[in-house]
Formats: sequence, structure tokens, C-alpha cells
Amino acid sequence: MSDLQYRTIVGLEIHVHLATRTKMFCGCEMAYGVRPNSRVCPVCMGMPGVLPVMNKQAFEYAVLTALALNCSIPSFTKWDRKSYYYPDLPKNYQISQYDLPMSENGFIDIPLESGQVKRIGIIRAHLEEDAGKNTHTLGNFSAVDLNRTGSPLLEIVTEPDMSSPDEVRALAVELQRIVRYLGVSEGDMQKGHMRFEPNINLAITKDGQEYRTPIAEIKNLNSFRALERSVAYETARQLDEFTDRGITMQMGNKSTRGWDDDNQCTVLQREKEEAHDYRYFPDPDLVPVEMDDEWLSRIRADLCEMPIQKQNRFVSEFALSEYDAGVLTQIRSTAELFEQAVALGADPKKACNIITQNFQKIANEKGCTVCELGITPEKIVEMTNMVTIGQISSTSVSSIAVLSVANLSKTLREIAVEHNLIQTSDAGEIEALVDQVIADNPAAVEDVTSGGKKSKKARGFLLGQVMQRSKGQANPKIVAQILAKKLS
Amino acid sequence: MAKKIDETQVRKVAKLARLQLDDAEVAQFSTDLSSIVEYIEKLNELDTDSVEPLAHCLPVHNVFRDDVVKPSLTVEQVLANAPQRADDFFKVPKILDDNSGA
Ligand SMILES: [Zn+2]
Repeated sequence: MSDLQYRTIVGLEIHVHLATRTKMFCGCEMAYGVRPNSRVCPVCMGMPGVLPVMNKQAFEYAVLTALALNCSIPSFTKWDRKSYYYPDLPKNYQISQYDLPMSENGFIDIPLESGQVKRIGIIRAHLEEDAGKNTHTLGNFSAVDLNRTGSPLLEIVTEPDMSSPDEVRALAVELQRIVRYLGVSEGDMQKGHMRFEPNINLAITKDGQEYRTPIAEIKNLNSFRALERSVAYETARQLDEFTDRGITMQMGNKSTRGWDDDNQCTVLQREKEEAHDYRYFPDPDLVPVEMDDEWLSRIRADLCEMPIQKQNRFVSEFALSEYDAGVLTQIRSTAELFEQAVALGADPKKACNIITQNFQKIANEKGCTVCELGITPEKIVEMTNMVTIGQISSTSVSSIAVLSVANLSKTLREIAVEHNLIQTSDAGEIEALVDQVIADNPAAVEDVTSGGKKSKKARGFLLGQVMQRSKGQANPKIVAQILAKKLS
Repeated sequence: MAKKIDETQVRKVAKLARLQLDDAEVAQFSTDLSSIVEYIEKLNELDTDSVEPLAHCLPVHNVFRDDVVKPSLTVEQVLANAPQRADDFFKVPKILDDNSGA
């Protein structure tokens, strides 16, 4: 058997929908799930003689994202026409950027399973307009909806620096977190706000010789799962193709493939040879953009701490686990809620548990964020303090969380009192109850003190009796301590 | 002298532009386009080494609009010129391969 080793090489193109109110070059509303062809005007449907005008917000969102991706922002950028014929592209060209993109040469740090961070290069990020949407439900015909036509898209192109499906997924997830932190995109996969196109091939070493397999580009993936699986599938497929037929990279044997989700495999897409003859040229309808230091620093002022930095800081500063810090920093407002609560004196670990295990669960059920539930840092502080001093048991935290969301105007203490969820930690009060129970249950006391087989069960029974007499409000930890002392 | 734009190139460009040309037209365009290209090649006689490439012919930049919603057309207006429609959609011959442009 021959000695064979291989390494997967993946670069990504990502299209991110920017969260502007209107389209890139006209005032049509950006709306999802509305009546087809109801957000269309002469500009975005490509009527002759119309004049596109740049959306300033879209441009600034694009620059902000590029800054977050550590890109340099040239002082001059321009628009080009990319020509192709497709029914969802009514002008027969797409307004895009070719040789002078609005940003280039950046990087993104992605968290790996191992807890380490890997730096992936960004070649460029440029602005362009999206096409419309085709649906293929009409037999020999397609139905075209132009509502999406002209939406602002940021296309981000990475270096081929990723080497596994996990890393590709990590980059996609990290980018989603970044655009959401910045507020430049909702990053909603279901709504197609992020679309991925991985370029994949293998570097194979066999019997001391290096080979490369032909690059395959997988088009239009719109879920993290499809992205991850398609890279894994393509790795295996290219390895087979190499070992079975010895196929290696040649001029012009790059292929385009699609992801077949039903059969969980990639499928070769037939392309005509002139498909990539896009005949780019400067768009005469649009004037260039010049970026000066003053404008750039105004945009830069909107940058915030990036999620991965926040996550690492939560681990080092508050001793949270990598996992907890990851969950907490998923949404910027939730991470900030946590930080504010800690700044007000909440215990970090308890605050983290209360947010991630209780309020986050409620928020997920309601499809909103923890902050949108109306939960304030003060509430988190109150809750952690009540747990710390033993006023409420850790089991009643979740009920209090649910009740507090439904009664935002009440303090947590009021809610806990109202629903008998305050537990007694008063040793004197508890001791009196323990004495009563011991007096009333001599048989069980005997079982405990004789230390036989029944001892453990009898101890549990006595504890249960005390809890019952306290109507569930005694702190069980303290009950157990006092019981143990009395029965030793 | 060989033509600057031969008939193969004319056929290719016509195909990219979705134009159907007969043989006479192909020959005609080959002659016409070649003379245009030859005419423009006169510019190569100029020394442009120290001239910045021109991105736009107007001395204007940064023309923006605010991100404010303007009324769109009505669905009926949008579809008024459509050769065929299906409910609120444009109805077009089935698209076989995705974004191939061919
Ligand atoms: Zn429009």
C-alpha cells in the first residue's frame, strides 16, 4: 500500500445582505415575505434612462464591516458593470466592483474547538446589488419576483486558509456574530441574509510527491449545515477521484457544483464556456466614492469590541468556561447585559447561569433577545444576590425568571414572596421545625442513628418532613446540616 | 490585412449579447467593428505613461442619497409590460442552469 496524506484547502466567498431600509441604488423598501413585485421601481427593474443613486447607509455599513474584518479602506473606489443574462437580473448586468473594491487585505480570527484561535485572511470585500428570485414551480416556466433585485450585498472573499469543514463552519458562524454585533445585517439564514460559496481542493502527498486536485466551487449554500457537509463531502469525493482515476488540477478544470440537500451530495453544474465572460467595465451612471480620514474615523467610531475578543475576555476576566462565554457573547445586547450586571456587583458565574440557562431559554421560546424580554442588569443583580444569600433555591430560579418576565413592574422579591418561593435560611426557625419532626418520628430517628441499611432512606424522610412543615420554604442545605448535627 | 475583429469574434460577442445575426450581418459587423477599432487605435500613438486612468468622465464623486423609503410602482404597473405573468410573478421560460449567464 502506498503512503498517502492529504490536506483540505478551502476559501470562502460570502454574500451578506445589509440591513438598510431601502435598496442599494433606489428608494424601494427592503421587505421580506411581502407581495411579489410590490417593491420594484423603474431603477431596480432596469428601465432605460433611469439613474441609480448610492445609498449612503449601505456604503457606510460596508465600510464598518470591512473595518471589523481588519481591511484597509482605499481612498478611492468605483462601480463596474458585470454583464450576464438571467431573468432575475432585469438590466442584464449587475452593478458590482471589479478592480478597485471598497476594501481589501484584512483578516478574521475564528475560534476553534480546541479553544485556540485561527487567523483567516480576507482578500477583499466589495459592494454589489443582489438579483431577484426565481421559483421553478410552473413546469416549463419560472416565476420571477424582483423584490430582492437591487438589495445591497457585501461580498467577502477569504484566502484559502481553512483546512476542515469545522473551520469553514466556525468562520461562517463568527462572521454572522460580527455582522449582528455591528448591526449591519440581521444575518438570518432562513431569509437568505448570508449565502456561502466554498472553493475546495486537496493537497495530496503520495509516495513523497505533491499533487493538487481540481478546485470545485459550490454555489449558493444558505445554511451552516449545508456548508459544513458540502465541504466534507467534496473532500471525500476529490480524494476518491484522485485515488481511483488520478485526476489532478489542470488549466481550466475547475468545476462548479451545487449542493443536493435531499441526497446530501454535490452535483456537477454544467456551464457554458463563455459563462465567465462578464465583460466588466466602469458604470457610467455612477460616480466614484472618495473616502477621507474624517469620514473614515466617523465610521470607525461605530466599531465595538468584536465577539471573539469579548468571549476571550469573559474567560480570562470572569473565569467563565469557554462554552459559557461563547453562549453569552452570541448576542451583543445579552453580553452587555451580563457585563452591566457584573459591574453592578453580580457574581459573574451566577449571572451567567441565570442569563444563559433561564432568561435565554424564555427568550428563545419567544423568538427574541433577553434584553427584549425587558430584563435589566438590576434584575440580574437582584436574582444573583437572592441566590447567594440563599433566599431562593436554585430550583425556584427558573420559576421566578418566568414570572418576572410576565410581571416586569414587580421586583423579584415581591414575586418570590407572592408565590411562596422565598426559602428560610434562618437557623433558629429551621431548628424548631427539625426538633418537632424528630419528636414526632422516633422510628425514623432510630433508623438513622442505628446506621443500618435503612439509615439513608430515613434521613431523606426526615428531611422531607421538615421541608413539608416549612411549606417548601426552608433552605434544604441548612435543614440537612441541622438534621445531621442533631442526629449524630 | 486581417480584420481586427474577425467573424468568430463577432459571433461570440453576438451570442453573449443574445443577438441573432445572419451570415451577411456577421460579415458586415466584422467590417464595421474592425474599422471602429482601427480608428480608436489611433489613440495608442499618444504617450499616456504619466496619465492616471480615468474611472469616470465627470469630475464628481460621492453622490449619495439617504436611506429613506420612496414609493415603489404598483404590482400592476410593474407587470404591465410583461409578455407573460403568473399571478404576481413574471412568467419566463424555465431557467436551466443557475447564474451561468448562458
Ligand atoms: Zn427600486
